[in-house]
Amino acid sequence: MLGMLQRLGATGLEVAAAFGRAGVLCWQSLWGLPDWRNGPALLLRQLYFVGVFSLVIIMVSGVLIGMVLALQGYTVLVRFGAEAALGQLVSLTLLRELGPVVAALLFAGRAGSALTAEIGLMKATEQLSAMEMIGVDPMRRVIRPRLWAGIISMPILAQVFNMVAIYGAVAVGVYWLGVDPGSFWSNMQKVVEFREDVLNGVIKAFAFGIVVTWIAVFEGYDAEPTSEGISVATTRTVVFSSLAVLAMDFLLTAVMFGVD
Amino acid sequence: MARSNWIEIRDLHFSHGERAILSGIDIDVQRGKITAIMGPSGCGKTTLLRLIGSQLQPDSGSILLDGTDLTTLDRGELFEQRRRMGMLFQSGALFTDLSVYENVAFPLRVHTTLPEGIIRDLVLTKLHAVGLRGARDLMPSELSGGMARRAALARAIVLDPELIMYDEPFVGQDPISMGMLRELIRKVNEALGCTCVVVSHDIDETLSISDYCYVLADGKVIGEGTPEAVVASENERVRQFLRGLPDGPVPFHYPAPAYRADLALGDA
Amino acid sequence: MKRQRNIEITVGAFMLLGICALAFLAIQVSGLSLSSAHRDTYHLKARFNNVAGLTNRSQVKVAGVVVGYVTGIHIDPVTVRAVVDMAIDKDVDYLTTDSIAAIKTSGVLGEQYVSISVGGEPDMLADGGVIRDTQSALVLEDLIGKFVSNMGKN
Repeated sequence: MLGMLQRLGATGLEVAAAFGRAGVLCWQSLWGLPDWRNGPALLLRQLYFVGVFSLVIIMVSGVLIGMVLALQGYTVLVRFGAEAALGQLVSLTLLRELGPVVAALLFAGRAGSALTAEIGLMKATEQLSAMEMIGVDPMRRVIRPRLWAGIISMPILAQVFNMVAIYGAVAVGVYWLGVDPGSFWSNMQKVVEFREDVLNGVIKAFAFGIVVTWIAVFEGYDAEPTSEGISVATTRTVVFSSLAVLAMDFLLTAVMFGVD
Repeated sequence: MARSNWIEIRDLHFSHGERAILSGIDIDVQRGKITAIMGPSGCGKTTLLRLIGSQLQPDSGSILLDGTDLTTLDRGELFEQRRRMGMLFQSGALFTDLSVYENVAFPLRVHTTLPEGIIRDLVLTKLHAVGLRGARDLMPSELSGGMARRAALARAIVLDPELIMYDEPFVGQDPISMGMLRELIRKVNEALGCTCVVVSHDIDETLSISDYCYVLADGKVIGEGTPEAVVASENERVRQFLRGLPDGPVPFHYPAPAYRADLALGDA
Repeated sequence: MKRQRNIEITVGAFMLLGICALAFLAIQVSGLSLSSAHRDTYHLKARFNNVAGLTNRSQVKVAGVVVGYVTGIHIDPVTVRAVVDMAIDKDVDYLTTDSIAAIKTSGVLGEQYVSISVGGEPDMLADGGVIRDTQSALVLEDLIGKFVSNMGKN
C-alpha cells in the first residue's frame, strides 16, 4: 500500500518534471529574434516534410470520411423525408468536429511520430550534441522550424480535409443517392456560419497543431538516446497527442459552441 | 603571457541522479599537446568531455578554459566559447540530412559570412587533409564507419579550433582506419598547433600518440604521467587496466552472494 | 539548389491549397458574402410573454426577408416578461411605431424567428425603440392541450 502511494507520488513528480522540461523547450526554442538568414529555408524544408508529406493521407481519409458521413446521414434522414438536409448535416459535422479532430489524429500518427523519431535519432547519434559543440543552438536550428511547420501545417491540412470530405459527401449524396444538388448546397449555406463554424474550426485545428507538434518535438528531444527509447517515445507521441487532441476538443467545443 | 595549461580542472564533482560519476578530479591539459584520458568503460570519460564542452553542468568544482571559468558563463557566452573547440564524437555525428560537403561547410556557414568560393576552398582543403575530397557529394549513410569519422574530423577542424576533443576515436574501427585516424590526430595536432584531448580505452593507439596521460577509474584519477611513466606505473589498478588482466582490483565477478549459497538456493 | 527550388514550389502549392480550401469553405459552404460581413445596424426591443425556442442569433424577418438578428434575450423582473434585443439593418428604416413583432417557426420542426409586420403610423422606430405589439411563440404543447380539451367539451 505504501509502495503504491510512493510510486504514485514518484509518477506525479515525474509528470510535473516532464511538463517543466516541455515548457523550457518551448521557451528556449521560440524565444528570441527570428533567424532571417537560415530560418526561411529551414522552415520551408520542414513544411515540406511535415505538411506536404501528410497531404496524401489527409486527402484520402477526407474523401472516405465524407462518403461514409453522407451514406450514414442519408439512411437516417431519408426516414423523415429530410434528405435535403444532408448538406448541413455533413458540413456542420465536418467543420465543427470531425475535420479538425480527425485531421489532427492523422497528423499525430503521420507527422508527429516522424518528428519524434527523427529528433530522437538525431539525439541518439549525437547530432544534437555535435550541433551544440559547433556553437549552434539545436533548439533554434532543429526544434524551432519543426514546431512552426507543425503549427502552420495543421490548419491547412484540416481545411483541405474538410473540403475534400464535403466533395466526398457530394459524390455519394448527390451523384449516387440522388439528393438534389441545389437543395444540398443551399441548405448547407443557410446553416453554416462563417465565423461560428468555419473560423472556429480553423482555431481548433490551430490549437491541435500546437499541441501535437509540441508533444512530438518534446518526446523526441526528451527521448532516451537508444533504439528502445526512441520507439517508446514515438508511441508516447501518438498516444499522448491523440488524448490531448480529444481532451482539448471537448474544452474548445464547450467554449465555442457551449450553451450560453 | 599565455598560460601553459589550456584547460585546468580542479576538484570536479558530477553525479547523475544518485550515482556519483566524477568525484574530485584534477586535470591539466597543456597547450599544443595531446593529452590522453584513459579508463575502463563507464568511468566517466565521455562525461568529462561533455563537462569541458559545457553540455553538462558540474555539481561542484571549476573548469578553466584558457583562464575562463566555464561554470560561470551564461548560455550565449557558452556558445561563443564553443566556437573555439572542435569535438569528434564517437559515432561521428554527421548531420544525416546534409552531404559530406555541406556537413563540413556547416560551421563556416553558421559562423562566417564568407563568399561561397572561399567556403568551397576551405572545405575542399579540409576534406583533402582527411583524404575524402572525392567523397564530397556522398551522404553520411553512404560512408563507412572510418570514413564517417574522418569526415567528422574535417568538420571539427574546419574553423581551426584551439582545442579538439576526440571521444573514443578508435572504437569499432578496422586496423587500417585505426592507423589512419592515429596518423590524422597526430598530423592535425602538428599542423594546426592545437591542443588535443583524446578519450579512449584503446591503450596502444592512445599511448602511441599522446604526450601526457591520465588514467581514470571510479570517478577518480588513479594514475598520470607521460606514456612511459604510466606504463611503468606500480599502481595495481593502472597495471590491470593497461595490461588488460581479467582479474585484479577490478573484480571479474559483479558483486554477488557466495557462489555455493546461490546454487544451493536453486536446489531447494 | 534545384532540389531546394522544388521544395519551395511544392510548399507554395501546399499553402495555396490551404487558402483555396478556406475560400471554398467560406464561399461555397457557409455562403459568406463580403457585403454582409459588417452591416450597420440599430437596436430595437420587444417584450414577449413567451419566447419558447428563440435564441441568440435567431433571425429577424420582415415579410420573410432577413433584416437582422436577435442579440440578447433576458427577463424583465418587474413585468416578468421576456425582453428580446434585436439588431436591425440601418437601411431598414421603415418600421413604424405600431409594428407588430411575432415569434414564428419556419416549418413544423424548423427554427424560430422574429417576424415583424409593419403598421400604418407615420412615426418610425429609432435606435433603442420598443415594439409594443407582440405575439408570443406558438407552443405546440399548449395548442395540442387546447385542442384536446375542446374535443372533450364537444
